[in-house]
Amino acid sequence: MTVLPYLVAVWIFLIGCYGLATSRNLIHAVGCLAVCQSATYVLLLAVGYRDGGTAPVYSDIKPGSRPVVDPVVQALTLTDVVVGATVTALLLALVMQVSKRHGTVDPDELRELRG
Amino acid sequence: MTRGARLIVLALGGAGLAALLVAACLDLPGFGGTWHPYGDRAVEASLSRRTANTIASVNFDQRAFDTLGEMSILFASVVGTVVLLRQTRDEKRGKPEPEEVALPVRRYALIVLPVAVLSGLYVIAHGQLSPGGGFQGGVVAATALHLLYLGADYRALERVRPVGLFEVGDALAASAYVVTGLAAVLGGTAFLANTLLPYGTFNTLASGGTVPLLNAAIGMEVACAVVVLLARFLDQAVEIEEENGKR
Repeated sequence: MTVLPYLVAVWIFLIGCYGLATSRNLIHAVGCLAVCQSATYVLLLAVGYRDGGTAPVYSDIKPGSRPVVDPVVQALTLTDVVVGATVTALLLALVMQVSKRHGTVDPDELRELRG
Repeated sequence: MTRGARLIVLALGGAGLAALLVAACLDLPGFGGTWHPYGDRAVEASLSRRTANTIASVNFDQRAFDTLGEMSILFASVVGTVVLLRQTRDEKRGKPEPEEVALPVRRYALIVLPVAVLSGLYVIAHGQLSPGGGFQGGVVAATALHLLYLGADYRALERVRPVGLFEVGDALAASAYVVTGLAAVLGGTAFLANTLLPYGTFNTLASGGTVPLLNAAIGMEVACAVVVLLARFLDQAVEIEEENGKR
């Protein structure tokens, strides 16, 4: 099954979307968004994989002696993991303010805008 | 929209999206194949600039400008969190009380703390050589400091962690990255081009031209950012109270 890893990424993304749409708690929704985001990591790393490949780091292997996986997608994933974590922190800060101002974190109860 | 109607719309949209994504997946090059044109060229470029860790070379040399963008997102979200979690007019600051910590927890935290901080700094410093780098090492070093909160108490953490200093450090690190880029412009090449410094000897600490510098700037930025973020959330949890005394 050479497409299975890609299908796993699709499944993770869709399950995250389902959670986002049916969420009854904003903290849960932020978690679902992180799940959607991790689908992109699975997809990127699956695209870059090479059979029998090792990490593209040449401090202890001789260049050219072994196949290595694609370093470009690894770099993309690595920066996004850290940046994604801080964006999640920003969203959680927003949830805290919503809970303080409106007294609820259920998105269905947040109907009208208040100043 | 009622819950039922929303679920129906979601099912329709989800099914359509799933069909499109699966069709796209079936057309992708097979998993584990040997055809990686960008990967092969990135490895070649990294070796020609004597950077042992290809991923560091991609992040801080070949795609240094994109990393500047990523860093700006990080910086902006930290600024946003600081603004959102500030003390508002109807809140007051309570004094955190010291709490009893179980002796094994205290002992273990205080033994591991220096080791963890040192490993964080090691991971940052060897970013251009071995797996790791500024992004990962910064998180390790910053979270390691918070072992003090687990092992001792909040006031001990506040003494070793002046948040104002870390906020300044965050901004300094972000500008250090831009200044390194501008230095290349003054040197007569493009913004963030890695042509200014000698590439050094392969697989030594000073190899890779500007890669170690940019890597260190990112390490400092991430470490300061995580410390500031955690400080704001801990403030909310431990110190800031509403007027009626509720946390």
